[in-house]
Amino acid sequence: MPILEISNVTKQFGGLLALDDVSFQVEEGEIRGLIGPNGAGKSTMFKNIAGFYEPTKGSIKYRGTNIEGKKPHTIAEMGIVRTFQETTLFQELSVFENALIGAHMKSRTNVFSAVLGLDRLKQEAASEKVMEVLEFMGLIERRDQLAAELPLGSQRALALAIALVSEPKLMLMDEPFAGMNPEETNHMMELTRKVRESGITIVLVEHDMKAVMGLCNYLTVLNFGKLLAEGTPDEIRNNDRVIEAYLGGAK
Amino acid sequence: MNKASGFTKQRMIISALALIALLATPHFLGFHHQDLLIFLTINVLAVCSYRLVTLTGEWSLIHAVMMGVGAYTVALSVNHFDLAIWFTLPLAGMVAGLVAALLCFPLLRMTQFYFLIGSFAAGEAIRLTWVEFVGVFGGTSGLRGVEAPVVFGIDFLDPIPYFYFTLCVVSFCLFILYRIENSRIGLTLHAIHWKAPLAESVGVDAWRYRALAFILGSFFVGIAGGLKVHYLGSVTPNQFAIGFMVFILIWVIVGGYNKFYGPIIGVVVLTIFDESIRSFEVIRPAIYGAMLILSILFLPLGLESIPAKIKAWFKSEPAPQKPPLSDQ
Repeated sequence: MPILEISNVTKQFGGLLALDDVSFQVEEGEIRGLIGPNGAGKSTMFKNIAGFYEPTKGSIKYRGTNIEGKKPHTIAEMGIVRTFQETTLFQELSVFENALIGAHMKSRTNVFSAVLGLDRLKQEAASEKVMEVLEFMGLIERRDQLAAELPLGSQRALALAIALVSEPKLMLMDEPFAGMNPEETNHMMELTRKVRESGITIVLVEHDMKAVMGLCNYLTVLNFGKLLAEGTPDEIRNNDRVIEAYLGGAK
Repeated sequence: MNKASGFTKQRMIISALALIALLATPHFLGFHHQDLLIFLTINVLAVCSYRLVTLTGEWSLIHAVMMGVGAYTVALSVNHFDLAIWFTLPLAGMVAGLVAALLCFPLLRMTQFYFLIGSFAAGEAIRLTWVEFVGVFGGTSGLRGVEAPVVFGIDFLDPIPYFYFTLCVVSFCLFILYRIENSRIGLTLHAIHWKAPLAESVGVDAWRYRALAFILGSFFVGIAGGLKVHYLGSVTPNQFAIGFMVFILIWVIVGGYNKFYGPIIGVVVLTIFDESIRSFEVIRPAIYGAMLILSILFLPLGLESIPAKIKAWFKSEPAPQKPPLSDQ
Protein backbone atom coordinates (compact mmCIF):
# COMPACT_ATOMS: atom_id res chain seq x y z
CA MET A 1 0.00 0.00 0.00
CA PRO A 2 1.38 3.44 -0.86
CA ILE A 3 2.01 5.67 2.15
CA LEU A 4 0.35 8.59 0.37
CA GLU A 5 -2.31 8.35 -2.30
CA ILE A 6 -3.57 11.50 -3.98
CA SER A 7 -6.63 10.88 -6.13
CA ASN A 8 -8.20 13.46 -8.44
CA VAL A 9 -7.48 16.38 -6.13
CA THR A 10 -8.92 19.69 -7.29
CA LYS A 11 -8.53 22.95 -5.41
CA GLN A 12 -10.38 26.02 -6.51
CA PHE A 13 -10.02 29.54 -5.11
CA GLY A 14 -12.98 31.41 -6.53
CA GLY A 15 -12.33 31.48 -10.27
CA LEU A 16 -8.77 30.24 -9.96
CA LEU A 17 -8.13 26.55 -10.45
CA ALA A 18 -4.96 25.99 -8.40
CA LEU A 19 -5.05 22.20 -8.69
CA ASP A 20 -6.90 20.41 -11.45
CA ASP A 21 -7.62 16.72 -11.03
CA VAL A 22 -4.16 15.73 -9.81
CA SER A 23 -3.43 12.11 -8.88
CA PHE A 24 -0.17 10.51 -7.77
CA GLN A 25 1.12 8.06 -5.21
CA VAL A 26 4.13 8.01 -2.93
CA GLU A 27 5.62 4.73 -1.78
CA GLU A 28 7.13 4.15 1.65
CA GLY A 29 10.81 5.02 1.88
CA GLU A 30 10.91 7.42 -1.05
CA ILE A 31 12.36 10.86 -1.39
CA ARG A 32 9.80 12.27 -3.75
CA GLY A 33 10.30 15.61 -5.45
CA LEU A 34 7.31 17.74 -6.34
CA ILE A 35 8.50 20.24 -8.94
CA GLY A 36 7.14 22.66 -11.48
CA PRO A 37 7.37 26.29 -12.57
CA ASN A 38 6.12 29.09 -10.31
CA GLY A 39 2.38 28.92 -9.70
CA ALA A 40 2.15 25.27 -10.70
CA GLY A 41 0.29 24.40 -7.49
CA LYS A 42 3.05 22.64 -5.57
CA SER A 43 2.61 24.53 -2.33
CA THR A 44 -1.17 24.33 -2.64
CA MET A 45 -0.83 20.57 -2.91
CA PHE A 46 1.30 20.55 0.24
CA LYS A 47 -1.20 22.59 2.17
CA ASN A 48 -3.96 20.20 1.11
CA ILE A 49 -2.00 17.21 2.34
CA ALA A 50 -1.03 18.85 5.64
CA GLY A 51 -4.58 19.95 6.37
CA PHE A 52 -4.06 23.70 6.01
CA TYR A 53 -6.46 23.63 3.01
CA GLU A 54 -9.33 21.31 2.20
CA PRO A 55 -9.48 20.03 -1.39
CA THR A 56 -12.51 21.16 -3.40
CA LYS A 57 -12.75 17.69 -4.89
CA GLY A 58 -10.85 14.42 -4.70
CA SER A 59 -9.35 12.38 -1.90
CA ILE A 60 -6.03 12.13 -0.05
CA LYS A 61 -5.25 8.83 1.63
CA TYR A 62 -2.50 8.22 4.13
CA ARG A 63 -1.88 4.49 4.53
CA GLY A 64 -5.39 3.82 3.32
CA THR A 65 -7.14 6.35 5.59
CA ASN A 66 -8.78 9.43 4.16
CA ILE A 67 -7.22 12.59 5.59
CA GLU A 68 -8.59 15.32 3.33
CA GLY A 69 -10.27 18.11 5.31
CA LYS A 70 -8.79 16.99 8.62
CA LYS A 71 -7.21 19.61 10.89
CA PRO A 72 -3.40 20.09 10.73
CA HIS A 73 -2.87 18.85 14.30
CA THR A 74 -4.87 15.69 13.62
CA ILE A 75 -2.82 14.99 10.52
CA ALA A 76 0.35 15.61 12.52
CA GLU A 77 -0.82 13.07 15.08
CA MET A 78 -1.28 10.52 12.30
CA GLY A 79 2.39 10.97 11.38
CA ILE A 80 2.52 13.60 8.63
CA VAL A 81 4.57 16.66 9.56
CA ARG A 82 5.44 19.57 7.31
CA THR A 83 8.24 22.07 7.34
CA PHE A 84 7.71 25.59 6.07
CA GLN A 85 8.83 27.77 3.21
CA GLU A 86 11.31 30.35 4.43
CA THR A 87 12.60 29.90 7.92
CA THR A 88 9.75 29.44 10.34
CA LEU A 89 11.26 29.25 13.81
CA PHE A 90 10.81 30.82 17.21
CA GLN A 91 13.61 33.36 16.86
CA GLU A 92 13.33 34.48 20.49
CA LEU A 93 13.75 30.96 21.90
CA SER A 94 16.86 28.84 22.23
CA VAL A 95 17.65 26.03 19.83
CA PHE A 96 16.73 23.54 22.54
CA GLU A 97 13.39 25.19 23.30
CA ASN A 98 12.57 25.34 19.59
CA ALA A 99 13.13 21.64 19.20
CA LEU A 100 11.21 21.00 22.42
CA ILE A 101 8.10 22.48 20.85
CA GLY A 102 8.30 19.65 18.33
CA ALA A 103 7.94 17.22 21.24
CA HIS A 104 4.39 18.39 21.88
CA MET A 105 2.71 15.05 21.19
CA LYS A 106 5.15 13.26 23.46
CA SER A 107 5.03 15.63 26.38
CA ARG A 108 1.53 17.02 26.29
CA THR A 109 0.21 17.34 29.80
CA ASN A 110 -2.81 18.49 31.77
CA VAL A 111 -3.03 21.40 34.17
CA PHE A 112 -2.93 19.27 37.32
CA SER A 113 0.15 17.32 36.30
CA ALA A 114 1.85 20.52 35.18
CA VAL A 115 1.17 22.34 38.46
CA LEU A 116 2.05 19.38 40.67
CA GLY A 117 5.02 18.32 38.54
CA LEU A 118 3.57 14.84 37.95
CA ASP A 119 4.61 14.93 34.31
CA ARG A 120 8.31 15.10 35.07
CA LEU A 121 9.22 11.73 33.57
CA LYS A 122 7.34 12.58 30.42
CA GLN A 123 9.12 15.94 30.15
CA GLU A 124 12.49 14.31 30.75
CA ALA A 125 11.80 11.77 28.01
CA ALA A 126 10.93 14.64 25.69
CA SER A 127 14.16 16.46 26.56
CA GLU A 128 16.13 13.29 25.86
CA LYS A 129 14.47 12.90 22.48
CA VAL A 130 15.29 16.53 21.71
CA MET A 131 18.96 16.04 22.60
CA GLU A 132 19.08 12.93 20.46
CA VAL A 133 17.67 14.78 17.45
CA LEU A 134 19.95 17.79 17.99
CA GLU A 135 22.89 15.42 18.04
CA PHE A 136 21.64 13.78 14.86
CA MET A 137 21.28 17.14 13.14
CA GLY A 138 24.65 18.40 14.36
CA LEU A 139 23.10 21.17 16.44
CA ILE A 140 23.99 19.88 19.87
CA GLU A 141 26.74 22.45 20.50
CA ARG A 142 24.39 25.29 19.66
CA ARG A 143 21.54 24.14 21.88
CA ASP A 144 21.61 27.19 24.17
CA GLN A 145 21.97 29.75 21.41
CA LEU A 146 18.98 31.79 20.31
CA ALA A 147 17.51 30.57 17.03
CA ALA A 148 17.88 34.11 15.65
CA GLU A 149 21.65 33.89 16.08
CA LEU A 150 22.06 30.83 13.85
CA PRO A 151 23.32 31.01 10.27
CA LEU A 152 20.73 30.19 7.63
CA GLY A 153 21.90 26.60 7.13
CA SER A 154 21.59 25.82 10.82
CA GLN A 155 18.22 27.53 11.01
CA ARG A 156 16.92 25.20 8.32
CA ALA A 157 18.47 22.25 10.10
CA LEU A 158 16.67 23.37 13.26
CA ALA A 159 13.36 23.60 11.38
CA LEU A 160 13.98 20.04 10.29
CA ALA A 161 14.86 19.07 13.86
CA ILE A 162 11.55 20.46 15.18
CA ALA A 163 9.72 18.25 12.69
CA LEU A 164 11.90 15.23 13.50
CA VAL A 165 11.34 15.47 17.24
CA SER A 166 7.66 14.88 16.60
CA GLU A 167 8.62 11.49 15.08
CA PRO A 168 6.81 11.68 11.75
CA LYS A 169 6.39 8.83 9.29
CA LEU A 170 5.98 11.14 6.34
CA MET A 171 7.69 14.51 6.14
CA LEU A 172 6.63 17.28 3.78
CA MET A 173 9.47 19.72 3.14
CA ASP A 174 8.56 23.03 1.53
CA GLU A 175 11.58 24.49 -0.34
CA PRO A 176 14.25 23.34 2.10
CA PHE A 177 17.10 24.64 -0.05
CA ALA A 178 15.76 28.10 -0.95
CA GLY A 179 18.32 30.86 -0.51
CA MET A 180 21.18 28.56 0.46
CA ASN A 181 24.72 28.69 -0.84
CA PRO A 182 26.13 25.53 -2.47
CA GLU A 183 27.90 24.46 0.71
CA GLU A 184 24.76 24.81 2.81
CA THR A 185 22.76 23.02 0.13
CA ASN A 186 25.15 20.07 0.19
CA HIS A 187 24.96 19.89 3.96
CA MET A 188 21.18 20.02 3.88
CA MET A 189 21.04 17.29 1.22
CA GLU A 190 23.16 15.10 3.45
CA LEU A 191 20.84 15.72 6.39
CA THR A 192 17.80 14.96 4.27
CA ARG A 193 19.32 11.65 3.20
CA LYS A 194 20.06 10.82 6.82
CA VAL A 195 16.45 11.52 7.73
CA ARG A 196 15.26 9.23 4.95
CA GLU A 197 17.68 6.51 6.12
CA SER A 198 16.16 6.71 9.58
CA GLY A 199 12.97 5.41 8.01
CA ILE A 200 11.02 8.56 7.19
CA THR A 201 9.42 9.01 3.81
CA ILE A 202 10.00 12.46 2.37
CA VAL A 203 8.08 14.56 -0.11
CA LEU A 204 9.71 17.85 -0.99
CA VAL A 205 8.85 20.90 -3.04
CA GLU A 206 11.97 22.54 -4.42
CA HIS A 207 13.22 24.87 -7.14
CA ASP A 208 16.90 23.98 -6.85
CA MET A 209 17.09 21.48 -9.71
CA LYS A 210 20.55 20.28 -8.85
CA ALA A 211 19.46 19.36 -5.34
CA VAL A 212 16.23 17.78 -6.56
CA MET A 213 17.97 15.67 -9.20
CA GLY A 214 20.64 14.56 -6.77
CA LEU A 215 18.33 13.75 -3.91
CA CYS A 216 15.04 12.42 -5.19
CA ASN A 217 14.47 8.92 -6.48
CA TYR A 218 11.27 9.90 -8.26
CA LEU A 219 9.75 13.19 -9.43
CA THR A 220 6.24 14.46 -9.92
CA VAL A 221 5.95 17.52 -12.17
CA LEU A 222 3.03 19.92 -11.92
CA ASN A 223 2.24 22.71 -14.39
CA PHE A 224 -0.71 25.12 -14.19
CA GLY A 225 -2.29 22.92 -11.54
CA LYS A 226 -2.19 19.80 -13.70
CA LEU A 227 0.00 16.72 -13.49
CA LEU A 228 2.53 17.12 -16.30
CA ALA A 229 4.83 14.15 -15.92
CA GLU A 230 6.21 11.58 -13.51
CA GLY A 231 9.42 9.62 -13.59
CA THR A 232 12.96 9.19 -12.37
CA PRO A 233 15.22 12.25 -12.47
CA ASP A 234 16.77 11.02 -15.71
CA GLU A 235 13.42 10.54 -17.39
CA ILE A 236 12.22 13.96 -16.27
CA ARG A 237 15.41 15.66 -17.42
CA ASN A 238 14.80 14.36 -20.94
CA ASN A 239 11.05 14.77 -21.00
CA ASP A 240 10.09 17.15 -23.82
CA ARG A 241 6.93 18.39 -22.15
CA VAL A 242 8.82 19.26 -18.96
CA ILE A 243 11.52 21.10 -20.87
CA GLU A 244 8.83 23.02 -22.74
CA ALA A 245 7.02 23.93 -19.52
CA TYR A 246 10.17 25.25 -17.91
CA LEU A 247 11.45 27.09 -20.93
CA GLY A 248 8.03 28.33 -21.99
CA GLY A 249 8.15 26.67 -25.43
CA ALA A 250 11.17 28.72 -26.49
CA LYS A 251 13.04 25.93 -28.13
CA MET B 1 10.49 32.69 27.62
CA ASN B 2 12.44 33.32 30.77
CA LYS B 3 13.59 30.18 32.45
CA ALA B 4 13.44 30.09 36.22
CA SER B 5 17.06 30.22 37.20
CA GLY B 6 16.36 28.88 40.67
CA PHE B 7 16.35 30.81 43.92
CA THR B 8 19.65 32.31 44.95
CA LYS B 9 20.34 33.14 48.57
CA GLN B 10 20.09 36.86 47.88
CA ARG B 11 16.72 36.43 46.28
CA MET B 12 15.42 34.44 49.22
CA ILE B 13 16.43 37.13 51.72
CA ILE B 14 14.78 39.82 49.65
CA SER B 15 11.63 37.73 49.34
CA ALA B 16 11.54 37.11 53.09
CA LEU B 17 11.92 40.82 53.86
CA ALA B 18 9.25 41.70 51.33
CA LEU B 19 6.91 39.16 52.91
CA ILE B 20 7.45 40.57 56.42
CA ALA B 21 6.87 44.09 55.14
CA LEU B 22 3.73 42.93 53.40
CA LEU B 23 2.37 41.21 56.52
CA ALA B 24 3.10 44.26 58.67
CA THR B 25 1.71 46.83 56.23
CA PRO B 26 -1.98 46.83 57.24
CA HIS B 27 -1.11 47.62 60.86
CA PHE B 28 0.35 50.97 59.84
CA LEU B 29 -2.52 51.99 57.63
CA GLY B 30 -5.77 53.77 58.25
CA PHE B 31 -9.11 52.16 57.54
CA HIS B 32 -9.37 53.64 54.06
CA HIS B 33 -5.95 52.39 53.08
CA GLN B 34 -6.58 48.96 54.52
CA ASP B 35 -9.57 48.73 52.19
CA LEU B 36 -7.39 49.81 49.33
CA LEU B 37 -4.76 47.22 50.19
CA ILE B 38 -7.33 44.43 50.05
CA PHE B 39 -8.65 45.57 46.69
CA LEU B 40 -5.09 45.91 45.43
CA THR B 41 -4.36 42.31 46.43
CA ILE B 42 -7.51 41.16 44.65
CA ASN B 43 -6.60 43.20 41.56
CA VAL B 44 -3.19 41.50 41.49
CA LEU B 45 -5.00 38.23 40.89
CA ALA B 46 -7.16 39.91 38.24
CA VAL B 47 -4.15 41.14 36.22
CA CYS B 48 -2.15 37.93 36.58
CA SER B 49 -5.05 35.79 35.43
CA TYR B 50 -5.52 38.20 32.52
CA ARG B 51 -1.90 37.68 31.57
CA LEU B 52 -2.55 33.96 31.19
CA VAL B 53 -5.22 34.74 28.59
CA THR B 54 -2.87 37.10 26.73
CA LEU B 55 -0.13 34.46 26.57
CA THR B 56 -1.85 33.03 23.50
CA GLY B 57 -1.66 36.46 21.85
CA GLU B 58 -5.36 37.17 22.23
CA TRP B 59 -6.52 40.18 24.23
CA SER B 60 -10.06 39.95 25.53
CA LEU B 61 -12.40 42.60 26.91
CA ILE B 62 -14.48 40.19 28.94
CA HIS B 63 -12.13 39.64 31.84
CA ALA B 64 -13.77 42.21 34.14
CA VAL B 65 -17.17 40.67 33.45
CA MET B 66 -15.80 37.22 34.33
CA MET B 67 -14.73 38.71 37.65
CA GLY B 68 -18.34 39.83 38.00
CA VAL B 69 -19.55 36.30 37.24
CA GLY B 70 -17.50 35.10 40.20
CA ALA B 71 -18.80 37.96 42.35
CA TYR B 72 -22.45 37.28 41.53
CA THR B 73 -21.93 33.57 42.12
CA VAL B 74 -20.67 34.30 45.62
CA ALA B 75 -23.40 36.83 46.37
CA LEU B 76 -26.15 34.44 45.27
CA SER B 77 -24.68 31.41 46.99
CA VAL B 78 -24.26 33.28 50.29
CA ASN B 79 -27.64 35.00 50.19
CA HIS B 80 -29.64 31.94 49.17
CA PHE B 81 -27.72 28.95 50.47
CA ASP B 82 -25.54 30.48 53.15
CA LEU B 83 -22.49 28.60 51.83
CA ALA B 84 -19.16 28.93 53.64
CA ILE B 85 -16.28 30.80 52.01
CA TRP B 86 -14.42 27.50 51.42
CA PHE B 87 -17.17 26.53 49.01
CA THR B 88 -18.11 29.88 47.56
CA LEU B 89 -14.65 30.79 46.25
CA PRO B 90 -14.02 27.58 44.26
CA LEU B 91 -17.62 27.77 43.08
CA ALA B 92 -17.04 31.34 41.87
CA GLY B 93 -14.04 30.14 39.87
CA MET B 94 -15.87 27.15 38.46
CA VAL B 95 -18.93 29.12 37.35
CA ALA B 96 -16.71 31.74 35.66
CA GLY B 97 -14.72 28.92 34.04
CA LEU B 98 -17.91 27.24 32.86
CA VAL B 99 -19.28 30.46 31.36
CA ALA B 100 -15.91 30.93 29.63
CA ALA B 101 -16.01 27.34 28.32
CA LEU B 102 -19.42 27.94 26.75
CA LEU B 103 -18.27 31.25 25.27
CA CYS B 104 -15.27 29.54 23.66
CA PHE B 105 -17.46 28.10 20.96
CA PRO B 106 -18.57 31.41 19.45
CA LEU B 107 -15.62 33.59 20.58
CA LEU B 108 -12.65 31.42 19.61
CA ARG B 109 -13.85 31.26 16.03
CA MET B 110 -12.40 34.77 15.91
CA THR B 111 -8.90 36.08 16.46
CA GLN B 112 -7.18 39.41 17.03
CA PHE B 113 -9.38 42.49 16.68
CA TYR B 114 -12.52 40.48 16.03
CA PHE B 115 -11.96 38.44 19.17
CA LEU B 116 -11.48 41.66 21.12
CA ILE B 117 -14.78 43.10 19.92
CA GLY B 118 -16.57 39.75 20.18
CA SER B 119 -15.45 39.32 23.77
CA PHE B 120 -16.60 42.85 24.59
CA ALA B 121 -20.04 42.14 23.10
CA ALA B 122 -20.34 38.84 24.99
CA GLY B 123 -19.32 40.58 28.20
CA GLU B 124 -21.91 43.31 27.74
CA ALA B 125 -24.54 40.63 27.10
CA ILE B 126 -23.73 39.05 30.45
CA ARG B 127 -23.63 42.39 32.23
CA LEU B 128 -26.99 43.44 30.79
CA THR B 129 -28.43 40.14 31.99
CA TRP B 130 -27.58 41.26 35.52
CA VAL B 131 -29.25 44.62 34.85
CA GLU B 132 -32.40 43.25 33.24
CA PHE B 133 -33.18 40.17 35.35
CA VAL B 134 -34.01 42.23 38.41
CA GLY B 135 -35.63 39.35 40.30
CA VAL B 136 -32.49 37.24 40.33
CA PHE B 137 -29.62 39.73 40.04
CA GLY B 138 -31.17 42.83 41.56
CA GLY B 139 -30.90 45.08 38.49
CA THR B 140 -28.66 48.16 38.47
CA SER B 141 -28.47 48.31 42.26
CA GLY B 142 -27.20 44.73 42.28
CA LEU B 143 -27.16 42.40 45.25
CA ARG B 144 -26.57 43.58 48.78
CA GLY B 145 -26.38 42.28 52.27
CA VAL B 146 -23.85 39.57 51.54
CA GLU B 147 -22.80 38.78 55.08
CA ALA B 148 -19.11 38.78 55.81
CA PRO B 149 -17.83 35.28 56.44
CA VAL B 150 -16.77 34.16 59.88
CA VAL B 151 -13.96 31.61 59.81
CA PHE B 152 -12.73 29.88 62.99
CA GLY B 153 -14.44 32.59 65.00
CA ILE B 154 -12.63 35.39 63.14
CA ASP B 155 -14.94 37.97 61.65
CA PHE B 156 -13.80 38.88 58.14
CA LEU B 157 -15.60 42.18 58.38
CA ASP B 158 -12.38 43.31 60.06
CA PRO B 159 -9.98 44.29 57.26
CA ILE B 160 -6.77 42.94 58.80
CA PRO B 161 -7.72 39.25 59.03
CA TYR B 162 -9.46 39.51 55.69
CA PHE B 163 -6.31 40.97 54.15
CA TYR B 164 -4.30 37.99 55.42
CA PHE B 165 -6.90 35.60 54.09
CA THR B 166 -6.93 37.36 50.69
CA LEU B 167 -3.16 37.34 50.60
CA CYS B 168 -3.12 33.56 51.16
CA VAL B 169 -5.72 32.85 48.49
CA VAL B 170 -4.10 35.19 45.96
CA SER B 171 -0.60 33.81 46.63
CA PHE B 172 -1.86 30.27 46.16
CA CYS B 173 -3.52 31.21 42.87
CA LEU B 174 -0.40 33.08 41.69
CA PHE B 175 1.69 30.01 42.48
CA ILE B 176 -0.57 27.87 40.29
CA LEU B 177 -0.53 30.47 37.50
CA TYR B 178 3.27 30.64 37.70
CA ARG B 179 3.61 26.87 37.54
CA ILE B 180 1.32 26.70 34.52
CA GLU B 181 3.26 29.38 32.69
CA ASN B 182 6.59 27.67 33.33
CA SER B 183 5.36 24.23 32.38
CA ARG B 184 5.01 22.56 29.03
CA ILE B 185 1.62 24.27 28.74
CA GLY B 186 3.28 27.70 28.93
CA LEU B 187 5.70 26.76 26.15
CA THR B 188 2.83 25.57 23.99
CA LEU B 189 0.89 28.80 24.60
CA HIS B 190 3.98 30.76 23.60
CA ALA B 191 4.26 28.68 20.43
CA ILE B 192 0.64 29.37 19.52
CA HIS B 193 1.13 33.07 20.10
CA TRP B 194 4.13 33.47 17.82
CA LYS B 195 3.92 30.76 15.15
CA ALA B 196 0.55 29.03 15.29
CA PRO B 197 0.97 27.15 11.97
CA LEU B 198 4.33 25.73 13.07
CA ALA B 199 2.82 24.62 16.38
CA GLU B 200 -0.12 23.03 14.59
CA SER B 201 2.19 21.22 12.19
CA VAL B 202 3.72 19.29 15.10
CA GLY B 203 0.35 18.35 16.55
CA VAL B 204 -0.73 21.29 18.73
CA ASP B 205 -4.48 21.75 18.77
CA ALA B 206 -4.35 25.55 18.90
CA TRP B 207 -8.08 25.94 19.56
CA ARG B 208 -7.94 23.73 22.63
CA TYR B 209 -5.03 25.61 24.13
CA ARG B 210 -6.58 28.99 23.48
CA ALA B 211 -9.73 27.67 25.14
CA LEU B 212 -7.69 26.35 28.07
CA ALA B 213 -6.02 29.71 28.65
CA PHE B 214 -9.33 31.53 28.42
CA ILE B 215 -11.09 29.13 30.81
CA LEU B 216 -8.26 29.09 33.35
CA GLY B 217 -7.91 32.88 33.23
CA SER B 218 -11.65 33.21 33.84
CA PHE B 219 -11.51 30.65 36.66
CA PHE B 220 -8.92 32.65 38.59
CA VAL B 221 -10.52 36.04 37.98
CA GLY B 222 -13.79 34.50 39.13
CA ILE B 223 -12.10 33.76 42.45
CA ALA B 224 -10.88 37.36 42.54
CA GLY B 225 -14.45 38.54 42.05
CA GLY B 226 -15.56 36.25 44.87
CA LEU B 227 -12.94 37.68 47.22
CA LYS B 228 -14.17 41.18 46.43
CA VAL B 229 -17.82 40.55 47.16
CA HIS B 230 -17.08 38.71 50.41
CA TYR B 231 -15.42 41.87 51.65
CA LEU B 232 -17.64 44.54 50.10
CA GLY B 233 -20.87 42.74 50.92
CA SER B 234 -22.49 43.93 47.73
CA VAL B 235 -22.13 43.65 43.97
CA THR B 236 -23.44 45.83 41.14
CA PRO B 237 -23.20 45.44 37.36
CA ASN B 238 -21.33 48.72 37.05
CA GLN B 239 -18.34 47.53 39.06
CA PHE B 240 -17.42 45.24 36.18
CA ALA B 241 -18.20 47.56 33.29
CA ILE B 242 -15.71 48.47 30.56
CA GLY B 243 -14.19 51.12 32.83
CA PHE B 244 -12.72 48.49 35.12
CA MET B 245 -11.65 46.41 32.12
CA VAL B 246 -9.70 49.40 30.85
CA PHE B 247 -7.97 49.61 34.22
CA ILE B 248 -6.95 45.95 33.96
CA LEU B 249 -5.53 46.61 30.49
CA ILE B 250 -3.64 49.69 31.70
CA TRP B 251 -2.16 47.87 34.67
CA VAL B 252 -0.99 44.99 32.49
CA ILE B 253 0.43 47.18 29.73
CA VAL B 254 2.13 49.74 31.97
CA GLY B 255 3.55 47.02 34.20
CA GLY B 256 4.78 45.05 31.19
CA TYR B 257 3.19 41.87 29.94
CA ASN B 258 6.34 40.03 28.90
CA LYS B 259 7.17 38.84 32.39
CA PHE B 260 5.05 37.14 35.00
CA TYR B 261 5.62 39.87 37.58
CA GLY B 262 5.13 42.78 35.13
CA PRO B 263 1.37 43.17 35.65
CA ILE B 264 1.85 42.93 39.43
CA ILE B 265 4.29 45.85 39.32
CA GLY B 266 1.83 47.72 37.11
CA VAL B 267 -1.14 47.36 39.41
CA VAL B 268 0.87 48.10 42.57
CA VAL B 269 2.69 51.16 41.22
CA LEU B 270 -0.33 52.68 39.52
CA THR B 271 -2.57 52.13 42.55
CA ILE B 272 -0.05 53.82 44.85
CA PHE B 273 0.47 56.58 42.29
CA ASP B 274 -3.25 57.13 41.92
CA GLU B 275 -3.61 57.33 45.69
CA SER B 276 -0.69 59.73 46.08
CA ILE B 277 -2.17 62.31 43.72
CA ARG B 278 -5.50 62.19 45.50
CA SER B 279 -5.09 65.75 46.81
CA PHE B 280 -4.96 67.16 43.28
CA GLU B 281 -8.58 66.17 42.85
CA VAL B 282 -9.39 68.28 39.78
CA ILE B 283 -6.39 67.46 37.63
CA ARG B 284 -6.00 63.90 38.90
CA PRO B 285 -7.34 62.20 35.76
CA ALA B 286 -5.11 64.41 33.62
CA ILE B 287 -2.00 63.51 35.64
CA TYR B 288 -2.92 59.85 35.50
CA GLY B 289 -3.48 60.03 31.74
CA ALA B 290 -0.24 61.90 31.14
CA MET B 291 1.68 59.32 33.15
CA LEU B 292 0.15 56.55 31.03
CA ILE B 293 1.06 58.21 27.78
CA LEU B 294 4.61 58.83 28.99
CA SER B 295 5.10 55.29 30.18
CA ILE B 296 3.81 53.82 26.94
CA LEU B 297 5.98 56.17 24.89
CA PHE B 298 9.18 55.69 26.83
CA LEU B 299 8.71 52.26 28.35
CA PRO B 300 6.98 50.15 25.73
CA LEU B 301 8.06 47.01 27.58
CA GLY B 302 6.58 48.34 30.80
CA LEU B 303 7.88 49.24 34.23
CA GLU B 304 9.21 45.72 34.48
CA SER B 305 11.98 46.64 31.99
CA ILE B 306 13.40 49.48 34.14
CA PRO B 307 15.89 47.39 36.21
CA ALA B 308 17.39 45.86 33.07
CA LYS B 309 17.70 49.33 31.53
CA ILE B 310 19.43 50.76 34.61
CA LYS B 311 21.78 47.79 34.75
CA ALA B 312 22.70 48.22 31.10
CA TRP B 313 23.24 51.94 31.68
CA PHE B 314 25.59 51.41 34.61
CA LYS B 315 27.61 48.80 32.82
CA SER B 316 27.51 51.19 29.86
CA GLU B 317 26.67 48.22 27.72
CA PRO B 318 25.63 48.96 24.18
CA ALA B 319 21.90 48.71 23.55
CA PRO B 320 20.85 45.20 22.55
CA GLN B 321 21.65 44.84 18.90
CA LYS B 322 20.14 42.68 16.27
CA PRO B 323 21.74 39.25 16.44
CA PRO B 324 24.22 38.60 13.62
CA LEU B 325 22.73 36.61 10.78
CA SER B 326 25.84 34.60 10.19
CA ASP B 327 28.74 33.62 12.37
CA GLN B 328 30.98 32.52 9.56
